[in-house]
Amino acid sequence: MTAAEMLSVAAFIDGRHAQAFPSFGSERTGAPVVAFCRIGDTAIRTREPVTEPDVVIIQDVTLLYQVDVFGGLRPAGYVLLNSTGGIADLGIGEIAEHRPPGHVTILPASELAMTHVGRPLPNAALLGGFAALTRLVSLGSVEAAIRARFADRLAQSNIAAAREAYEFVAARQQEVARA
Amino acid sequence: MLEQIEGSKAVARAVAQCRPEVIAAYPISPQTHIVEALSAAVKAGELAPCEFINVESEFAAMSVAIGASAAGARAYTATASQGLLYMVEAVYNASGLGLPIVMTVANRAIGAPINIWNDHSDSMSQRDSGWIQLYAEDNQEALDLHIQAFRIAEELSLPVMVCMDGFVLTHAYERVDMPTQAQVDSFLPPYEPRQVLDPADPVSSGALVGPEAFTEGRDLAHVKQLQALQVIPAVAGEFAVEFGRTSGGLLHSYRCHDAETVVVALGSVLGTLKDTVDELRGAGMKIGVLGLKSFRPFPLQAVREVLRDAKRVVVVERAFSAGIGGIVSANVRMSLSGLSMHGYTVVAGLGGRAITRASLRRMLTDAVDDRLEPLTFLDLDHRLVEGELARMRRQRRSGPAAENILRDVGAVSARIS
Repeated sequence: MTAAEMLSVAAFIDGRHAQAFPSFGSERTGAPVVAFCRIGDTAIRTREPVTEPDVVIIQDVTLLYQVDVFGGLRPAGYVLLNSTGGIADLGIGEIAEHRPPGHVTILPASELAMTHVGRPLPNAALLGGFAALTRLVSLGSVEAAIRARFADRLAQSNIAAAREAYEFVAARQQEVARA
Repeated sequence: MLEQIEGSKAVARAVAQCRPEVIAAYPISPQTHIVEALSAAVKAGELAPCEFINVESEFAAMSVAIGASAAGARAYTATASQGLLYMVEAVYNASGLGLPIVMTVANRAIGAPINIWNDHSDSMSQRDSGWIQLYAEDNQEALDLHIQAFRIAEELSLPVMVCMDGFVLTHAYERVDMPTQAQVDSFLPPYEPRQVLDPADPVSSGALVGPEAFTEGRDLAHVKQLQALQVIPAVAGEFAVEFGRTSGGLLHSYRCHDAETVVVALGSVLGTLKDTVDELRGAGMKIGVLGLKSFRPFPLQAVREVLRDAKRVVVVERAFSAGIGGIVSANVRMSLSGLSMHGYTVVAGLGGRAITRASLRRMLTDAVDDRLEPLTFLDLDHRLVEGELARMRRQRRSGPAAENILRDVGAVSARIS
């Protein structure tokens, strides 16, 4: 939920309209939770859940085997997964094959968070990766959204995680472009 | 200033700008973020003079608000669901005593079955409590309505409930235009009570009234609600002048000119409905939306004006009265006396079920073809209901219905959206 909220703030800072909202499965840490974010150039009126996402961010890949996380994903949509594994290891080769090259990307977001923040909270890194993958928000706005959310030191460490994630994904995108 | 913030935080800041002197609250989802933010503001000294009282129950929350208001303080509280039910006796007292308390209801379903998600069962249960009830369409309106609510309440000496959909609005991050303190101060003068409990000038508040005058007391309650039919639009008009945007009022019609079908609704579903109606208009359907902003008082005449030339009315509501059907529908029908048109009640979004454009589009297409049942539960899974009814026919000890139905639904964890 925090990631969806911060993404909406980043899009707002970019001058766009954005809406973020949760779908509470269960109110406890660790339970599967879905949160949505819409970004647009006009006021967003609808309140329905996003059923045909352009982008799916998966914070915990163990959900891949419990929930149909790719349901409704657009054919040219993006997937950003928090994992250290490969696409084949995760068993999502088919999802990747049916999408443009590079649209399904894996980012070790929890590891980046451990390095920079000291806790496995992948939100900031995933948002940095999202900015590089989709270019729907700028890295500068992601940083500003992190600064708006966290106090000084925590903001700095999360920004460092977001930057490294951005560079990590941007490098992958360049490899794909050269391939 | 434009900000991207959570609905609850926006409302808490607007309430703080109204300078309440006493806030009494007991936390309950999905109201919690509002009172947490207000409690933090009071503790940080950002809202002074103000006393935040952590009470032991919702009954105490309303009782403290009543005491504070009767002593001449601007009083505020917020609740939801079972919390609202728990304070009901005091809710009726607040209106009967004529105390201008403002309360946010972060709309949530009522158990059993227990459910923390959104619908309007809670506030609808209090439609006869004598309180003014305003419903917010989005978070901008939610925060605007709170500023208007104190004006309306204090002008009429009546309490006002500002209803906003729990989670759908309270937990949604979206763009809002936060007013400045100076704007709110210029719009909302200090509270000037009609009655004050003062030891130096004793009065009795809440005197026993017998058959000789009770009817007159109740009639006065109705007359004051009718006065609100004038005050609510007047306050919304002044608000528009001060803040430069329209919010609140009695109702808002959208593309209703020349509409053969008008969809009536209140609360946050209006946004999804407007998008759906735009699609259907694009396909050549003559359809519009009538958004009710004030449910108490119910603007009978204004609703009639919008609906009088339509062929059919579809009321989409997030609560219902078991044994008859629609609650909002029954009120809408009262405005149509003598007019002939098809009327449909659609109960949607109970206990947090998402109201999607696809379902609304299907349902409205059926309505326009006059194929819709008079009372429809949107996206109802008939098999689940039939399954439980069959179990009850089969055996006397059929067991708890909620558990049976959940078992039929299957693994809940696999259906998190």
